[in-house]
Amino acid sequence: MTLPPATVSARDGSLTAAAARGRRKPTLDRISFMAVFLGIPLAIYLLFVIWPFLQAFYYSLTDWSGFSNTSNFVGLDNYARIFTDDLFLKALGNNIILLIVVPLVTVILSLVLATLVTVGGSSKGQIKGLKNSSFYRVVSFFPYTIPAVAIGIMWGQIYDPSGGLLNGVLNAVGLNFKDYAWLGNASTAMWCSIFVIIWGFVGFYMVLFIAGIKGIPSEIFEAARIDGAGRFRTAVSITIPMIRDNIQTAYVYLGIFALDAFVYMASLFPNAGGPENTTLVMSQQLFFTAFQRGQFGMATAMGVVLAVATLIFAGLVFLVNKLTGGSEGGRL
Amino acid sequence: MTLLKQQRASAPAGHVEREAKSAPVDKVVGTVSHVVLAIWSAIVVLPLLWTFMSSFKTSNEIFSSPFGLPGSWKLDNYIRAWSEAGIGAAFMNSVLVVCVSLVLVMLLGSMCAYVLARFKFWGSRTVYWLMLAGLTFPVFLAMVPLFGVLKGIGLLNQLPGLIITYVAFALPFTVFFLFSFFKNLPAEIAEAAAIDGAGDWRTFFQIMLPMARPGLASVAIFNFLGLWNQFLIPVTINAGGPKVLSQELAAFAQQMGYAVDFGALFAAVTVTVIPVLIAYILFQRQLQGSVSQGTSR
Repeated sequence: MTLPPATVSARDGSLTAAAARGRRKPTLDRISFMAVFLGIPLAIYLLFVIWPFLQAFYYSLTDWSGFSNTSNFVGLDNYARIFTDDLFLKALGNNIILLIVVPLVTVILSLVLATLVTVGGSSKGQIKGLKNSSFYRVVSFFPYTIPAVAIGIMWGQIYDPSGGLLNGVLNAVGLNFKDYAWLGNASTAMWCSIFVIIWGFVGFYMVLFIAGIKGIPSEIFEAARIDGAGRFRTAVSITIPMIRDNIQTAYVYLGIFALDAFVYMASLFPNAGGPENTTLVMSQQLFFTAFQRGQFGMATAMGVVLAVATLIFAGLVFLVNKLTGGSEGGRL
Repeated sequence: MTLLKQQRASAPAGHVEREAKSAPVDKVVGTVSHVVLAIWSAIVVLPLLWTFMSSFKTSNEIFSSPFGLPGSWKLDNYIRAWSEAGIGAAFMNSVLVVCVSLVLVMLLGSMCAYVLARFKFWGSRTVYWLMLAGLTFPVFLAMVPLFGVLKGIGLLNQLPGLIITYVAFALPFTVFFLFSFFKNLPAEIAEAAAIDGAGDWRTFFQIMLPMARPGLASVAIFNFLGLWNQFLIPVTINAGGPKVLSQELAAFAQQMGYAVDFGALFAAVTVTVIPVLIAYILFQRQLQGSVSQGTSR
């Protein structure tokens, strides 16, 4: 239902002026419109998102149990206690490993794949992508459509020591990993989990980077080629700088995710924490503290630590991008 | 995709696409690219195929050989997963919750984005920044107090409570994306509608909303995936309520930790994966378009 063009062209100056004048006086139509259009969404948003966020900062200073209506103000006690809690510090350490490895590997891998798809074609004539590459793009995106819980359960079975696909493949090619429990050993559990997380994310960021690379004017690539830049040089000196805002966005989102990682760890390891708590993450610790131990105050303090860590990380990414010559602010 | 087509279309008339002789190095690069991409595709697809195949096997078959084909392609595992493990009921709950939330968040989100994008009023910047805050803060921080809020209004462990929470948490993303969309719609058309006597309500529902359809479709797809895959919110505020799919799946796997009905577990995972995967394959062109739209703004 668009307006017929005749109506648009029938407009003349005096009518526009009349409409503009009418617009200044709030009519009943305008008042009801604003009340409903802004009021309802905003009310829901304030009550269910902003209010809980604000409350979190207060609760983190109390010993609220979540089930009683009373709570005592305890100042920074909760913070002091979680930072001397070995389990929480262990979880924090695990999150930091995730934070360092997951965004870096995911971004590099998806950049490589996106580059192969977009500039893997012939070096003669127009700049071309790789032939028949849309198949790879479609397939790589599959994991993004799968609920993370299903991904976790599926890989839990793949890593299964006796009936799993991984040991099946390894044994079939003659490597003797018979009955090795990938998720049951402290030395491999974390790295296997990281692989699963990367498996789940690469496709999405690959598609995002492909879109970014295709948005670069082809003249730039052609100019670089005329100047004698090879493929690798082009990728490093042109592609990456031109899509640096996309990379920054990807890095921030992946980092925020790595600081959470609750879904993957909860579905990969039915016994929370994994072997020797090598895969315990802060969000899991928060969840148990709140809903099993009933220490809501303590749990929200962990939430605040998580939020602060997220903000620091995002700030660092922006800072690094800016210092290395990226556009100011970028976009999120 | 479209970009490539445009480039081709914009080639000057009379331009003959010569079959350029590929240099040998091109062949090498092309082959290596194909090999690398094929390996990654295999890493993506094989686990899915294996899961699908295993969903037809008995537990014995699963343990005897990970590669063996199922003895018979019977649906026993699916029937057990669907009815006994409660995956069927959870599937229906998920469909209900996600559909209602999606309709609501698209409606409320586009309303809010429209007002923010096209009207100047006192406090509009504040509302905009509040929305940005909701996007950047980790959801985890809100979970514990949210539990209290829902308990307070009596919607804890109920699907309506889950729906309204989904709507609230999907709102900032929706508003942000549609904000730029509404901002870029030509102002003349709204003016013309006003001159023709359409009020704000009619202008929005009959003119602006239909014009924003491409943007709405992209946001709806991402919201659908986000809500369908949601896990943290239901396990926090709906732990004792009628379970949604991701919740039931996790609970099923947890119970299974020691018992043995792996066939049904694989069937449950397959039931979760297949519908969205098929929808994705059917609509993937649109989705690729929306990823590029979302990032080029």
